[in-house]
Amino acid sequence: MLHIVVCIKQVPDSAQIRVHPVTNTIMRQGVPAIINPYDLYALEEALRIKDKFGGFVTVITMGPPQAENALRKALSFGADDAILVTDRAFAGADTLATSFALASAIRQIEKNMPVDMIFCGKQTIDGDTAQVGPGIAKRLNLELLTYISSITSVSAGKKEIVVQRRSEGGVQVLKTRLPCLVTMLEGSNEMRFATMPNMIRAARTTVKRWDRIAAGIEDVTKIGLKGSPTVVSKVFAPSPKTVKAEIVQTESNEPQDLVGSLLMRMFTKFPHVREELEKSATV
Amino acid sequence: MEKFDAIVVGAGPSGNAAAYTLAKAGLSVIQIERGEYPGSKNVQGAILYSDALERIIPEFRDEAPLERHIIEQRMWVLDDDSYIGTHYRSDAFNQVPYNRYTILRTQFDKWFSEKVSQAGAMVICETTVTDLIMDGQRVVGVRTDRENGDVFADIVILADGVNSLLAKKAGFHPELNPGDVALAVKEILFLPQETLESRFNVKEGEGVVIEMIGKITQGLMGTGFLYTNNESLTIGVGCMLSDFKEARIPPYLMLEMMKNHPAIKPLIEGGEMKEYTAHLIPEGGLKAMPQVYGDGWMIVGDSGMFVNAVHREGSNLAMTTGRLAAETVLELKQAGKDMSKSNLAAYRTRLDDSFVMKDLSKYKDMPGIFHANPQFFTTYPELVNNAAKTMLTVDGVDKKSKEREILKSFTSSRSLLGLMGDAYKMWRALR
Ligand SMILES: Cc1cc2nc3c(=O)[nH]c(=O)nc-3n(C[C@H](O)[C@@H](O)[C@H](O)COP(=O)(O)OP(=O)(O)OC[C@H]3O[C@@H](n4cnc5c(N)ncnc54)[C@H](O)[C@@H]3O)c2cc1C
Ligand SMILES: Cc1cc2nc3c(=O)[nH]c(=O)nc-3n(C[C@H](O)[C@H](O)[C@H](O)COP(=O)(O)OP(=O)(O)OC[C@H]3O[C@@H](n4cnc5c(N)ncnc54)[C@H](O)[C@@H]3O)c2cc1C
Repeated sequence: MLHIVVCIKQVPDSAQIRVHPVTNTIMRQGVPAIINPYDLYALEEALRIKDKFGGFVTVITMGPPQAENALRKALSFGADDAILVTDRAFAGADTLATSFALASAIRQIEKNMPVDMIFCGKQTIDGDTAQVGPGIAKRLNLELLTYISSITSVSAGKKEIVVQRRSEGGVQVLKTRLPCLVTMLEGSNEMRFATMPNMIRAARTTVKRWDRIAAGIEDVTKIGLKGSPTVVSKVFAPSPKTVKAEIVQTESNEPQDLVGSLLMRMFTKFPHVREELEKSATV
Repeated sequence: MEKFDAIVVGAGPSGNAAAYTLAKAGLSVIQIERGEYPGSKNVQGAILYSDALERIIPEFRDEAPLERHIIEQRMWVLDDDSYIGTHYRSDAFNQVPYNRYTILRTQFDKWFSEKVSQAGAMVICETTVTDLIMDGQRVVGVRTDRENGDVFADIVILADGVNSLLAKKAGFHPELNPGDVALAVKEILFLPQETLESRFNVKEGEGVVIEMIGKITQGLMGTGFLYTNNESLTIGVGCMLSDFKEARIPPYLMLEMMKNHPAIKPLIEGGEMKEYTAHLIPEGGLKAMPQVYGDGWMIVGDSGMFVNAVHREGSNLAMTTGRLAAETVLELKQAGKDMSKSNLAAYRTRLDDSFVMKDLSKYKDMPGIFHANPQFFTTYPELVNNAAKTMLTVDGVDKKSKEREILKSFTSSRSLLGLMGDAYKMWRALR
């Protein structure tokens, strides 16, 4: 039986975030928290593997007590177990401290049941770094498969996985041995609609709460603000660019005419573009 | 097969009141809500009347997300470019415990629902109840839109709001009559706290309510409102669905016109629109009320037409009916009795003994009167506004002549008999 751990993060629904018109700060009050959308692809992929080959899916999140809602939702989709890693000492964590804490918690999970695969989302919609997955893989010394668009096959017996990975200009087909860590790309699947029995089971399950000690962390300088070298020096909203659309007249509708007129217009407006193009053309 | 003591359909104020009361008493309760989270789909002005909630959660003032307590009520009768009205402000409204608050339903419902969960009920969201499961004449459970979605219980409480598709499907409700429901549209406009407080002459935590009738509604039967929240204003207008249909004025246009009324425009100036919603309000009153209980089922809140349109009360009736339904169930359970129609008649008795039925019977003729006499919303506002203008314009005409002119304006727009008839009708309806 495959044991799959899925890392999910609860994030504010960015579609509903509002900026305070006066103070320009983000108004979190009343903004619903959701599971990071990329993590849903990770969870669904894990559940599909479980459906096909049999398995056990543990979801884990590090976050404040409210993050329990995200875990309960994951349970309703069909996850078997849920662990909330929560402790005041984790506050202010950056990606380094977050992946440290999660890696440590996953080691504790392994004590009960060896882990074959860890699934993460490609990145989060609030932090956007895409660093936590790779950070965990490195710490746990796992094969790392990032930007995965689909899982071609998993062999529980041979402990092998074949995946498709999107890369610049194409798709790579990769095979590696388990255990491994996979970060899933968006659009790779569609989250299922939970069944009523699973909804009820999720509502009844008590989500496990692990504090720092339960997560196996002794060194407090590695977690939270202390363990976070990232410094947010400034947060600002980019000023909206007001560029007016222009209508370019052409002699005819022939493609060469259209392209020619467009280029000429661009060159007169941005002379440096012409210079650079000419330079690269002569090399 | 999952079996509970009670199923509550819907997580608005009525469903939450019912589920909370039942779960707190130790019953196994499942509450099913189709919205993404409780409150995500709900619309209200919104004024919260303390009493109804206080009877359910006495400590709500310390916990619930409340915006401002009301210290001033304005009633305006509007003409195209003027209004006449009353303002009532009293320091008595500043004495704790406060009697009325403005709230934002999305936040309020979320809080209420957390209380329901804490009391021990199982709250299942993003799930629509599609059917009632019957055993002969008796409701024994509900079907949902999820796989293996049947759930069973001794009693099903329908708290699914106005336009209850379930009640209609089961034949408990006839199709809603467009003359019995109002369509209301409203916007939430963000306004910095300091601007809002100086504009309405209030201190932190204090709020103002403006209720309006008249030309704003384009001669349609309905009313407008403007409420102050902490950092925003709620502005809305409502009209009977049947009138919208006849007048062919889209609701958003009516709201736009209202926002441009010279008396209102300066109050909302600079407000940034944050939310636009539309919702039905059941305003048919007692005469449009369906049967509200039967074998294995009860109806609470908007679904049962429990709205006092004259006083703009809905959520308090919703909470009260939810609580009374739950108390009926608790009483029957304790006595070891089943949830048969004859036993559930105790719900109706509780309703009759409460302000809910007393108020609804008092105003039972109001919806009909307004409907049959549109002059209350069109001619009169104009007449009263003109009368005020005539009286207050100093132009060398003596006051006695002005009085005669005013009287003439009334009698030429409406015969003396008509005027007396209107007065009599109103008196009868309000008696
Ligand atoms: C510029 C910047 C500013 C920040 N400011 C603050 C701040 O002010 N306060 C603060 O507390 N933190 C702050 N952080 C930390 C950050 O938001 C994190 O919570 C954390 O480091 C995760 O990084 P991420 O969101 O970029 O995740 P990514 O690396 O993009 O996430 C990849 C995947 O890792 C998994 N994952 C990520 N986080 C978790 C988690 N917590 N639990 C389980 N799985 C997870 C998910 O599967 C996710 O899809 C900041 C980070 C940055 C880069
Ligand atoms: C514009 C406006 C202003 C108002 N102003 C006020 C005011 O100031 N003061 C006041 O007291 N009242 C006011 N009301 C009335 C008040 O909002 C309602 O009376 C009150 O919300 C009724 O509560 P309820 O629980 O019966 O219904 P709702 O609040 O409508 O809740 C019904 C719930 O059931 C859910 N549901 C429906 N069908 C299903 C299904 N099949 N399966 C699962 N779930 C379902 C819905 O999603 C919803 O959450 C106003 C109404 C409107 C529209």
